[in-house]
This record gives sequence, structure tokens and C-alpha cells, in this order.
Amino acid sequence: MIDKFREDVLSVVDAVPSGASIAVGGFGSSGRPDGLLDALCELDKRDLHVYVNNVGHDFTGVGRLLHEGRLRRVTASFPILQEFYDEYFAGRVELELLPQGTLAERLRAGGAGIPAFFTPSGAGTMLSDGSFTLRYSPDGGVAEHLPAKETRMINGREYVLEEGIVADFGFVKAHRGDRKGNLRFRLSARNFNPLAGMSGRRTFAEVEQLVEVDELHPDDVHLPGVFVQDVVRSTSKAASTPSSATSSTATSSTATSSTATTPAASAAATRRAS
Amino acid sequence: MTGTIPAPAPVAGRTREGIAERLAQDLQDGYVVNLGVGIPLLVPRFLPPGKEVVLHAENGVLGLGPEAAPGEEDADLTDAGKQPITLVSGAAITDSAMSFAIIRGGHLDVTILGALQVSAGGDLANWYVPGKNPAVGGAMDLVAGTPQVWVAMEHVDRAGRPKIVPECTMPLTGRNVVTRVYTDLAVFHVVDGQLRLVECSPGITPDVVRQHTGAPYTEHLER
Repeated sequence: MIDKFREDVLSVVDAVPSGASIAVGGFGSSGRPDGLLDALCELDKRDLHVYVNNVGHDFTGVGRLLHEGRLRRVTASFPILQEFYDEYFAGRVELELLPQGTLAERLRAGGAGIPAFFTPSGAGTMLSDGSFTLRYSPDGGVAEHLPAKETRMINGREYVLEEGIVADFGFVKAHRGDRKGNLRFRLSARNFNPLAGMSGRRTFAEVEQLVEVDELHPDDVHLPGVFVQDVVRSTSKAASTPSSATSSTATSSTATSSTATTPAASAAATRRAS
Repeated sequence: MTGTIPAPAPVAGRTREGIAERLAQDLQDGYVVNLGVGIPLLVPRFLPPGKEVVLHAENGVLGLGPEAAPGEEDADLTDAGKQPITLVSGAAITDSAMSFAIIRGGHLDVTILGALQVSAGGDLANWYVPGKNPAVGGAMDLVAGTPQVWVAMEHVDRAGRPKIVPECTMPLTGRNVVTRVYTDLAVFHVVDGQLRLVECSPGITPDVVRQHTGAPYTEHLER
């Protein structure tokens, strides 16, 4: 019988070796799997390559990985966090900057078995011509450029060849999920989550609500369980919302009666409280 | 030069709100529109009643409503600037790949963006000032895919230098993508890769526009 639910987030995330690549869902903090990301910190994972749209505004989620020096490379469209740029300009983390739609489609393509595709986005710009700095050297010089991308004229217009992303792991957060790994997202927290889930060779989902199998109607599944290998309970927002709540019911972001079930979550909750 | 020729007198064209209001008049009933940050975000408050304009946010919201009232914020419902928002009747939510399929696939009618520079041929630079923090977001996808790219910006930069220039000196967002430019002083259209001055703001003469514009253009004044 297929049962992908695991009580212990740490034993799940411990499958991630230092040096791994991880596709992470979320747009800012919206829909970001902070429970899984916190577990990487608790387990002292390092040298990570993260595919994520933005690093965020603070030292939570991907920002915490950055703050604790756990990132080797970030592939993103809009990093935001100033400390990220400080680390980038100091040569301590690499930035592969991409148009946002290219990041989304590369994740989707990787999960869909498409090795590369041509897109008009970024044609004739620094993000395709080999002049953008991937990595600075400690003295402030350029250590390495983002390689120039292959281009092709199709029907008189220039397109850029972009490769599908198959990440070692996918980290996603869903509103509701079942033991088969079927997931349903809520409102704009969906964003990159289905794509990060497709991209990962092995994908972990943290769910705000663990629901009974068949409670999610097959028509209502946003990401089918075939893309998801392990399901854990999310310890962030709305984790304690009754599963009978409909997806249209607004759950206040302030309602965090956190029922911490793991050491990582307890530690995270303690940190937030302090 | 400054010793012999007086600097141009300060000109009072449209305000930032005025630019947004002028642009909003050109949005047609039924348009689906994406808004960038800056002046573009002021456009919704000037949409004429009776016109239904659907707003798209790149994080997957089609049918963006006003920002959420205090106490009504939902962490799962934000716009591309991560601000809590509401939905209008008839709204839809997509994932990011579908959102950019809408953008790249040409399914929006207009994207309204701010700019650092616009060139004579309609090139746009709006994502990166060298030496500052690079971040692109969806700008390159929006200009690559949307049939009409309308720029809403101040006519000159803070130092008084023209932002409409012969060639962009800032890193490009896209080539030959801008179709209209709305500034405090004027409205330009880009037709066949050529800038056309089609309108001066109230109280602004064509000479004043020329004085503050770096790029060559032709005059096709409609009013």
C-alpha cells in the first residue's frame, strides 16, 4: 500500500546530501516550504544549489540558508535580500539570474522530459550573451561569467536555448495533501510549487492539512502524487486548520497555534519566538 | 555653457498620477493588462468606469483586485510585489509556468512598465543599473511576449538627463519592444521602429519636449 506520509521531517530531509541541488517552491514567503528548509539547517546541510524565484526579504526560508552560509549557488529571477547580494559581490555565493518565466519553464521542462527549449525571453540581453557575472572573486573582480547561451533565428526572430532543470530534490508546500502524495495548493501560494515538484528527482511536500485519501477529488488535484515521494506536515501557517475547511476559507496569517511535532520545528518555533 | 545659456526653466508637466491617468484613458474595455512597479501601479485608480480591464500579476493571479483591507490580509493571496491583495469576480489562479505562458504566449493585451531608458527604436532598459543589485523578475518575459508594451515614466532622470535616448546605455530588457511611452511631458508611439511624438501634455510645447528628449523622433501631433 502506498503511504507517503512521514511523521519525522528530519529523517526525510536527511536524504539530502550536502552539495545537492534543490528546486524550491514559493514566491517570497508565499507558499514557501519553510519546514523543509529549516530541516536542512537543523541537519547542517551545506554547499547547496537552490533553484528558487527569490531569496526572500528576511532570514527565514531560503534567507536562513543564505544567512547560515549553506548556499553555493542560487538560480533565481529576483533575489531581493540585501545580504544575498553582499555574499554574491564578495564571491561567496553564485547567482545564475534568469527571467522569471524562463525559471518556471525550465523547472517544468525538466520534470516533463524536455532537455531544452527556445524562448524569446532574454534574447539580446546580458542574461543570454555571456556578460553577466555568475561569480565574483574575493577581490571584487569577475571570477566567472554566466556562459553565453545558444541562440537561433526562427521566423525572423531571435530565441535563446534554455535547458530543462532536473534538480536532485524538489521542496514544495501545499495547502492540502493526502498519503498518496496528491497535492492541492491555495490561491497564489501555488506559484512555483507544482514546477519545483515536477523538477525534483525526489520531491518532498509539506502540507498544511493532511487529508484522507479521496477527500481531494481527482479533478481538484493540482500536482498528482506521482511527482511526490514523501509528505510531511507543515509546521507553519494554518497547520492546525481543520481539514474540513474549504479552500475558499481565508485562513488568517496570524493564526499560528503551532503544533510542533519535530525537533526541527520545535527549534524553529523557539527561534521565531525569541 | 551654463555661463552663457541659462538652464532650461523647470517644466511642469503631468504628475506621476497624471501620467497614470492619461495612460488609463487608452486602455480599452476587455483588455488584460500586467502592471510593473512605480507609476504603472497607479493606473488602476484611474480606470474609467464602464471599462472592464483585467489585471494580471506574474505570480499567477488573473483578476487582481484592490489591496486587502487591514485585518483582511491572506498570506496565500499576494501580488507580484508580495503585497496582500483581493480578487475580482471572475478571477483565476495559475501556477508560474501557466502565468508565463499567458505572458510569453501573447495572451495579455498590454504590459505597463517603468523604464530607466527607452531608445529611438523602442529598446527598453529597465531591470539593472550596473553596480547595483541585479534582479530581473518577469520583465524580460513581459516585453518578449506582450503585443503592446507601454512605458510610464518621468521624461528625464533625477539629474535632468533625457531617458528617451538614441541608444540605451543601460543593460537591455528587450530590443524593439516598446510600443508607447507616456511621460510627464508627452506621449510617444513607436511605429515601424521609429519614435513618433503624438501628444504634448497640457501647457507643454513641442519645443520643450524636444529640449528634453535625447532621441530623434518625428512629430505626428494629434492634439
